Amino acid sequence: MQFKTASSPHIPQQNSVQGLMFKVLLAMVPGTIAMIVFFGWGVLINIILASVVALSAEALMLWIRKRPIKPYITDGSAILTACLLVLALPQLAPWWLTVIGTLFAIIVAKHLYGGLGFNPFNPAMVGYIVVIISFPKEMTQWVPPLLEGYTQLTFTETLSIIFGGDLPLAYTWDAITMATPLDTVKTQLGLELSINEIENHKEYGGIFGSVGGFGWEWVNGLFLATGCYLAVKGIIDWRIPAGLIAALLVLSNTFALYDYASFTPPTFHLFSGGIMLAAFFIATDPVTAATTTKGRWLYGAGIGVFIFIIRTWGAYPDGIAFAVILMNMAAPLLDYYTMPRAFGHSWTEFPHHHKTDDDDE
Amino acid sequence: MTRSSRQLWHFHGGLKLESNKAISTQSPIVKARLPKRLILPVQQHIGEAGALLVKKGDKVLKGQAITQSTEYVSAPVHASSSGTVIDIDEYPAPHPSGLNTLCVVIETDGEDKWTELQPTHYINTKSPAELRQLIRKAGIVGLGGAAFPTAVKVNPGPQAHIETLIINGAECEPYISCDDMLMREYATELISGCGIIQYMVSATHCLITVEDNKPEAIKAIQAVINEQALHTIEVVSIPTIYPTGGEKQLIKVLTQKEVPSDGFPSDIGLLVQNVGTAVAVHKAIVLGEPLISRIVTVTGEGVKQPQNMEVLIGTSMSELIEQSGGYHDDACKLIMGGPMMGFTLQTDHLPVIKGCNCLLVENTPEETPATMPCIRCGACASVCPAQLLPQQLFWMASSKNFELVQDYHLFDCIECGCCAQVCPSQIPLVQYYRFAKTEIWSQERDRIKSDHARVRHDFRQARLELEKKERAEKLRKKKELLEKKKIAEAAAKNDTPETEIDPKKAAIEAAMKRVQDKKAAKQNNNTSSDE
Amino acid sequence: MSILIAIIVLATISVFFGLLLGYTSVKFHVEGDPVVDKIDALLPQTQCGQCTYPGCRPYAEAIAAGEANINQCPPGGETTMLALSELLGVEPIPLDSEHADDPEKTVVYIDEQTCIGCTLCIQACPVDAILGAAKQMHSIIESECTGCNLCIPPCPVDCIHIIPVKIEPETWRWSLPESTDTSPKA
Repeated sequence: MQFKTASSPHIPQQNSVQGLMFKVLLAMVPGTIAMIVFFGWGVLINIILASVVALSAEALMLWIRKRPIKPYITDGSAILTACLLVLALPQLAPWWLTVIGTLFAIIVAKHLYGGLGFNPFNPAMVGYIVVIISFPKEMTQWVPPLLEGYTQLTFTETLSIIFGGDLPLAYTWDAITMATPLDTVKTQLGLELSINEIENHKEYGGIFGSVGGFGWEWVNGLFLATGCYLAVKGIIDWRIPAGLIAALLVLSNTFALYDYASFTPPTFHLFSGGIMLAAFFIATDPVTAATTTKGRWLYGAGIGVFIFIIRTWGAYPDGIAFAVILMNMAAPLLDYYTMPRAFGHSWTEFPHHHKTDDDDE
Repeated sequence: MTRSSRQLWHFHGGLKLESNKAISTQSPIVKARLPKRLILPVQQHIGEAGALLVKKGDKVLKGQAITQSTEYVSAPVHASSSGTVIDIDEYPAPHPSGLNTLCVVIETDGEDKWTELQPTHYINTKSPAELRQLIRKAGIVGLGGAAFPTAVKVNPGPQAHIETLIINGAECEPYISCDDMLMREYATELISGCGIIQYMVSATHCLITVEDNKPEAIKAIQAVINEQALHTIEVVSIPTIYPTGGEKQLIKVLTQKEVPSDGFPSDIGLLVQNVGTAVAVHKAIVLGEPLISRIVTVTGEGVKQPQNMEVLIGTSMSELIEQSGGYHDDACKLIMGGPMMGFTLQTDHLPVIKGCNCLLVENTPEETPATMPCIRCGACASVCPAQLLPQQLFWMASSKNFELVQDYHLFDCIECGCCAQVCPSQIPLVQYYRFAKTEIWSQERDRIKSDHARVRHDFRQARLELEKKERAEKLRKKKELLEKKKIAEAAAKNDTPETEIDPKKAAIEAAMKRVQDKKAAKQNNNTSSDE
Repeated sequence: MSILIAIIVLATISVFFGLLLGYTSVKFHVEGDPVVDKIDALLPQTQCGQCTYPGCRPYAEAIAAGEANINQCPPGGETTMLALSELLGVEPIPLDSEHADDPEKTVVYIDEQTCIGCTLCIQACPVDAILGAAKQMHSIIESECTGCNLCIPPCPVDCIHIIPVKIEPETWRWSLPESTDTSPKA
């Protein structure tokens, strides 16, 4: 009898890249639904559009690169990139904006660097940065939340705005779009208003909700809940979101205590914009994050610090994409300097202590 | 001394695996039938093979040595039963390579007649060195799977002081249950063996460590300890986490100490022996029996009647499978050792060797998912009990950066397989490490060989140079002689009587010179071929 | 005036750095790097001449002098080429020989029935691995043979054959897993 040969271990194992990706995708569903509920159909339309484009681009690149198409197209990574990108875009982002961002993410940021596992930068965030730098006007097409007094677009209206680019007759851009709470704070602080005055403003104060902006609280809350579930299950590493949230909390708290009129409170920081999405779903992309345990703490914390800096003093209302890309660059360095001590070795040995020519003697 | 009072520690990483041991522990250990033919590889251990003591056609008795150690790190092999040596040749051996190795084939006579045994009744009458000699002669090697000669291991050197003897009954790999069954059925012999080793290394304590998923074994050993009222031997129940049975991991769990990477447990006052080895020591000393049999777990979903068998070394694996009910139809993989660290065999027509603790037959696995690129998730590093960076090692091994991979401590990898087991990309990580290790060893051999060749080449160059010089010198001398002759001839015209003698003298002189030269050349040649 | 200042400043700076360079070159003088020895140490010492040089050391000298490429050693294969590229800090160059990837190790063996004892092979062997004398049968000392095959052309009766070195379980090597998906190929 002839038997198969293989190297150990011989126990069939359950983990797979595909499994991980789909669990992460599944965990994003509740937060995404909240977004659709509070901010309209634009999110869903763009997700579908971006997914189709991402999968096509992925297939095309795999074909050009002569790699097997089936295992990669079904691994879920392209759809995940598409979803993360869309969730960061304004809901009324025109179709071509979504397409350009997605294509750039998949073709340039992912495949030109070698495809799954080899991209140094988070593809979705690269796509986002490209469109926010190139098309700043379109990147302000956020819609007001589901609140009385604000226009709510129907599905077909949203569809025609996204794909037609023209407004239905009855509307003006000012009526259907509105700055996000983060954006509002930024502009109004520039006009020398205090945080308190901004949040209780009779015209737009309503969008601030109770902690982080009406609707945004729910979105962030749900991403936090499902993200915690993923962390508990070990699907994502808990140290990255923990580091990110801790850093943001410490910084925002310190500054708010120092001057509560000019700095937004920590609760606002944590529950507005895409913080929880960033903490649990974007920053935890293993390919582009640090890999060591200490490195992951620092990586998460670094993103938190950069988000705070950009939000507070930068030119952009939310700085997630820039913060993530900056820390992506730092990841190899973090890995290098946070290597664990190997069993039975001391901290003074290579690779912790760098080898010199004298050591060879 | 109660078990619960002992404080235990954790090693980094590890996995909780489905143990699957129960399928082979339902029935007591079965004695395998005496086979018609025994195939005994002369090399079954780490170290040098012994020198053959028998030749084709010799009659041998059970327990008779067929090889003898010529080196320090070596172990002899004994005939497992009585019979005739019918062949000494290369036969396939259980090794991942599937290559052949030198084996002694014995046709058994069915009498199973023992050679004369020399039991030691009172161990105190013998010195540790004498006992070590007996262990060496009995051919005992570590029976946990590594097969390192025990006589070497129990001699940690004069400066080492062994405080605690650890008897490893953890048996952390799934499916394997030979140590479990051995502890249940041979608890008395085990305790006796522990006592002997303890006496040999003068250890003050002896800890028998068993994973907490083997309560029967713990109970059996505890019963013997209670019965004999032993105070220095203690059985310790440890948590079931793979690979807690690894020597360094076990020491960490028991003492929190880490064995230095370039050191031995004896450096921190410890000695670890497998339970099976302890029983073999008991047999070798108390009964005088050399290591000619061992307990093998025959198990897995692909075999009909999983069980533990006491098997003579050299018995064909196919016979064990046959006596365990044979294969299921869907059996597809035969593994020697456990599912985490064992290696696959191409055929079952291979002899059981001293290090063979388990024969695992797997049935057809579902379609395995394709290998994906590493997504740097770090799951491997979080389970690595050696606290290495499996991912970095993988990159370096696959790019053949053999220098850097050693800087990242490749040789601290114990090949436990935890990293590969959790890898979502299904990368065969362990195979990359094995590839790098064997490649590095091979390069080291090549380097030694090329250094040797360089010396020989340089020597030859020097020799040729010398010969050339000598030849030139000879030519010069001949010419000189010719010159002289001419002068002499010219002189002869003036003085005739002298010229009569001169040519003769010159001829003799030239002949003597030739002989001398030849001698010199010969000497030169000799020295070069002595090299 | 200002141009004068600029010239003076530049001149001062260049004099300063010139002196500094001169001083450091004396102070931190490095003895001639025995690079030829280092290269030679990496070569397999088969002395086979397949690199077109008459032996390993001449090849090492040629590499050191920049006359030869690092990919001319078939017995050393890719491993040697990579080691040389590492040592010399140059880009790896693929080997063009067909067995470049992992050359099979061989030794030679003399068919003793055919050998006429001419000693020509003994003279050709660069490492004195052939035993024999005139009109005596010759044989190869296998452990010393480097597999250079230099003894084969001189043999007048073609009694020298190439045989692969036998792989024992101790010298057997694990292969690199076959999967290509994990390597970053374009």
